[in-house]
Amino acid sequence: MQGKWINRLLLAPATVWFLIMLVLPLVFVAVFSFGERAPAGGYVPAFTFEQYLNLPARVTAFKNTLMLAPAGTLAALLIAYPLAYYLAVRASPKWKTVLLVMVIVPFWTSILIRTYAWIFILGGRGIPTLLEFIGIEGLRLINTPFAVLVGIIYGYLPLMVFPIYVSLEKLDKRLLEASADLGSPPLRTFRQVTLPLSIPGVATGCMLVFILLMGEFLIPALLGGGKVFFIGNALVDLFLQSRNWAYGSAVAATLVVIMLVTVTLYMKLVARVGEQREDVSIL
Amino acid sequence: MRLYAIVVYLFLYAPIGIIVLFSFNAGRHASDFRGFSVKWYGTALDNPFVMEALTTSLAVAFATAVLASLMGTMAALALQRVKGRLRALYDGVIYIAIMIPGIVIGIATLIALVTMFNFFNPLLAAIWPGGNPPHLNMGYTSLIAAHTMFTMALVIVIVRTRIAGMDRTLIEASTDLYATPWATFRQVTLPQIFPAIMAGFLLSFTFSFDDFIIAFFVAGSETTLPIYVFSSIRRGVTPEINAIGAMVLGISLTLLITAQFLLRARARQARAG
Repeated sequence: MQGKWINRLLLAPATVWFLIMLVLPLVFVAVFSFGERAPAGGYVPAFTFEQYLNLPARVTAFKNTLMLAPAGTLAALLIAYPLAYYLAVRASPKWKTVLLVMVIVPFWTSILIRTYAWIFILGGRGIPTLLEFIGIEGLRLINTPFAVLVGIIYGYLPLMVFPIYVSLEKLDKRLLEASADLGSPPLRTFRQVTLPLSIPGVATGCMLVFILLMGEFLIPALLGGGKVFFIGNALVDLFLQSRNWAYGSAVAATLVVIMLVTVTLYMKLVARVGEQREDVSIL
Repeated sequence: MRLYAIVVYLFLYAPIGIIVLFSFNAGRHASDFRGFSVKWYGTALDNPFVMEALTTSLAVAFATAVLASLMGTMAALALQRVKGRLRALYDGVIYIAIMIPGIVIGIATLIALVTMFNFFNPLLAAIWPGGNPPHLNMGYTSLIAAHTMFTMALVIVIVRTRIAGMDRTLIEASTDLYATPWATFRQVTLPQIFPAIMAGFLLSFTFSFDDFIIAFFVAGSETTLPIYVFSSIRRGVTPEINAIGAMVLGISLTLLITAQFLLRARARQARAG
């Protein structure tokens, strides 16, 4: 009896905090998305689908996000997979932990500063100047979709490497030996043994990167120069500049719905592959 | 294969290295290296706006880390005994807290708090005895509250993982030897989960210190260091920003490597034992 009360007391602060700072705000977004914009900005209570019907006004932001987010996810996957494979299968055990920590650590450092570095590298005096030495002139890299893509890959690569590493690490190395002993060439072993067994890690990595990219603001804002507009940039504009809270809430709610659909599809996919969900946290 | 790994590590670390290198640039232009100097660090540290933003960021990060690791640890300890529907509900909330984009947390907190403040402020003014009723506003408190919400979810996950990997026989032994629940907690449980709590504290601190997007919405008139850097970048790239960036990276790298060390050293020890 006493234990029960202690438990409740221990859980109470976190519960209150989550209710006020997470659940309640999300309810506000849902409610506001059916409201109307006050003439001076802000929100007037109403029940209308007007905001949702107006979503096509921001179609470019949705289109950019829904094109560059999958592209960035795919590119990150292609770069991350061989590295994860190397870390899990080939790297010497002595260095493994250090190498792994070295992949994770950048992810937790300021994305702002790391993205800023690319303004530097891709900007006028960076790579374009180097290219001029070998005769390629007038190439513009910064403020293009390409720059945004590079920033995305750079920012989210660690998040992709980690889950793939975890699923490859768990792979029974004897399976690889068995496959080789039975005369399979390495490529076939990879295709028939390694790759299928790493699908859950790949799916987790792709989902994590995709979801975070959906809400990205900084990378397109800094490397896209206002020309490559994501949903996140539209949200900043709607809430901090035009103060259209009702419409902004509808955009945010739509973003969350797209995310939830992605997660559900992912769960279904992984369930079909017949593996347990990889509960990896990039910590 | 190894060559490939080296190239990817270069890709990950070269931009960080370039920032640090150019922060020591003696020249006036950000991307034109003209000799080694630490003068931009001096410029940055002499800039009152930078110092104020740095102080705000450090204070917010510290408060966030204290609150998140305290309440997160309490919740993680309680959750191990919670089962059934309530547990599933709680897990769902933690999952949402971690997965929802920072930008959505930012705007949701903004509209919820501003609306509530607009409701409560006239009320407070009406019932407050005497003059000078408190005026609720976006600022330090809302920023700390929002950061704590997200990082608390992280701490719960980290500490819970550690509790799950804990040696339960020790707790049973302690109970069998008639230790009170409090004594068992202090002498058996706490020492085992302490590294996880510390790691959670450091990660919370780093997250809050580096966060831009949530702060952008809920900081009110306060300026954190990332907000300062963001608005400076918009005005152009300067060696001063490089110096600030290098310092920010230095602070978070130190904390992160310590956190990783705490998490991994403990995990190894648990496996060996």
